[in-house]
Amino acid sequence: MQTVSNLRERRLPTGSEGGVGMTTSALRDLANRHPDRVDKQPFLEVVDLRVHFPTDDGLVKSVDGLSFALDRGKTLGIVGESGSGKSVTSLAIMGLHTRPASEQTRPGAQLSGEIYLEGDELLAKTPEYVRGLRGKRMAMIFQDPLSAMNPYYTVGHQIIEAYQIHNPVNKKAARKHAIDMLGRVGIPEPSRRVDAYPHQFSGGMRQRAMIAMALSCDPDLLIADEPTTALDVTVQAQILDLIRDLQREFNSSVVLITHDLGVVAELADDVLVMYAGRAMEYGSADQLFNRPAHPYTWGLLGSMPRFDRARSERLLAITGSPPSLINVPPGCPFHPRCAYAARNGGLSEEVRPELVPVEPGHIVACHLSETDREQIWEHEIAPKL
Amino acid sequence: MTAPADEPTTTTAEQDSDLINVEGLIKHFPIRAGLLRRQVGAVQAVDGIDFGVKRRETFSIVGESGCGKSTTARLLTRLLEPTSGKITFEGRDISHLKDGPMRPLRRDIQMIFQDPYSSLNPRHPVGKIVGAPFRIQGVTPPGGVKKAVQDLLAAVGLNPEHYNRYPHEFSGGQRQRIGIARTLALRPRLIVADEPVSALDVSIQAQVLNLLEDLQEEFDLTYVIIAHDLSVVRYVSDRVAVMYLGKIVELADAEMLYGAPMHPYTVALMSAVPVPDTRRREERERILLSGDVPSPISPPPACRFHTRCWKAQEICRTEEPPLVELLPRHHVACHFPENYPGEPAQER
Repeated sequence: MQTVSNLRERRLPTGSEGGVGMTTSALRDLANRHPDRVDKQPFLEVVDLRVHFPTDDGLVKSVDGLSFALDRGKTLGIVGESGSGKSVTSLAIMGLHTRPASEQTRPGAQLSGEIYLEGDELLAKTPEYVRGLRGKRMAMIFQDPLSAMNPYYTVGHQIIEAYQIHNPVNKKAARKHAIDMLGRVGIPEPSRRVDAYPHQFSGGMRQRAMIAMALSCDPDLLIADEPTTALDVTVQAQILDLIRDLQREFNSSVVLITHDLGVVAELADDVLVMYAGRAMEYGSADQLFNRPAHPYTWGLLGSMPRFDRARSERLLAITGSPPSLINVPPGCPFHPRCAYAARNGGLSEEVRPELVPVEPGHIVACHLSETDREQIWEHEIAPKL
Repeated sequence: MTAPADEPTTTTAEQDSDLINVEGLIKHFPIRAGLLRRQVGAVQAVDGIDFGVKRRETFSIVGESGCGKSTTARLLTRLLEPTSGKITFEGRDISHLKDGPMRPLRRDIQMIFQDPYSSLNPRHPVGKIVGAPFRIQGVTPPGGVKKAVQDLLAAVGLNPEHYNRYPHEFSGGQRQRIGIARTLALRPRLIVADEPVSALDVSIQAQVLNLLEDLQEEFDLTYVIIAHDLSVVRYVSDRVAVMYLGKIVELADAEMLYGAPMHPYTVALMSAVPVPDTRRREERERILLSGDVPSPISPPPACRFHTRCWKAQEICRTEEPPLVELLPRHHVACHFPENYPGEPAQER
């Protein structure tokens, strides 16, 4: 435990604003959603995570005080635009950020906060320890399978390698397992395809092969970072179905990172909306889509042309563009683009809003009063979506 | 300018005629191999498509990667020369015009590109980029190039003062606006937009879609939009063509197509779109297509979709279904269309 506090001191001051206390209480509130599991610790818990990158232009605060929790067998969708910190968060969980060797020498990520995987705090662990977890306990599906796989080795070789590291089996058994996995993810003729190179696969097949690789050691936590963004819509549907089926089969927890609210609505149990490295809103998929509480979430929903309805009005676009992560606006990072920031007398410009519950299991970081929020949602936003 | 002499007095007949029309358009890219670079095959990117686009209409082409939609865009703008078939712009055959005769027409047909990063020269300031069309066409706009460029920047929602800035100083959405300003410089009649918003974030995407809509109104534009995002297409389009492996399989008014798609491929495509509505998660029926799109080098014979179609029968493997108007303004190329009240097509 001492090492934890030491490390935290050495890295960054935490809880400067947006106090840890409030966040944890909001998290506790989340846990209380299901009364039967008040005492259970969540499978994955991220507390006040900060990932900062020192650059020549200044400190890039990619993730700045993020907390969330995920239960076993559940899917958490993390939604946000480019630069919101979603991928940086997933790399932090996987322990894939380059840490500075010492304070001044090599630039790298400065991490602080806590990441618990079944109570095991990962940020304080050695890279070797975390490496042992990768593959077996947690695995990741990347957006672009062509650059995530090694072009010099066959697909089979890459699956076999990962499997043999974590399982004491001979090559023959590992190969059989690789063929099995390829068949499971729906690759035709797996016993022949196992010897193919990544470039011999189509985009959808490569993504399947990467899913096979990620699932080959039956990980408890699967992080899928934009798993279908590079794919056509019919292939996307196949891959989403595959992730859903495999999750049920293996009872894995899934963190699904995407910018596509449609994908989230299809797959996620809970949704976290990120903006400028912070959580704006967090709740069940039902709450987020049917009773969204944050103006940014409203903006995201209003920006999406609807596939399932005839067009009615113009899109409710959000004005402006996302902020630079070097100069994140003070107060609420969304206030320069928020149509309702003026409603609370400058509070949004000065004070960073904390995550507060709006209903059980649904938390939001916004200064709008409850009456204002409900009124705006009901009269101005909901009718136009 | 090569615009017809009677342009100022447009008759109603001319208003109704197509601004651009394609007939039997084919583009095959030869594959060469061996020492003598002999042609051993061809990528049949676009393989016989017909459609017309009316003035002030937004016509969209959707399809998955490799279906030939981007090739079609490049044929319409004559960045590519068709292998065969005919492209008529304002009644004039432009299919095989050489660069010289084509140049004046380039004022009328402009293109918006997908990637706002690679489509702007990083070494040129915005003023030079947006003013390039004037320079190339040798046009001096009233009030001078600088003023014209600043007006264009204002029209697309950028600060005219940013005339001297470089592309890297702008965000992705702003760059796309710069590209659009350049497109508008010569007051084109037709804009072909190849995936105009797919590289942008959701919130920025909405801004650009709204902008395209305003500009259509303001500048009397006709759009041909190439996109893979079916939600975006429904939002922007008057009419939509669905392409599969170089062919148009269905063409109809947007609301008809989305309300009651008839080609099984369109049905499958639509059922695959994730919808941001949790309440409908369970009740939606999804048609999963098996396998991948076949290679356009050797597409399946007859109906190109028969290898993945759940309704395919013998006739689909032997006889190619023509694109016919099964319902008013609703064209489908299928032997066994869905949502069709009448007899199966092959029995009529």
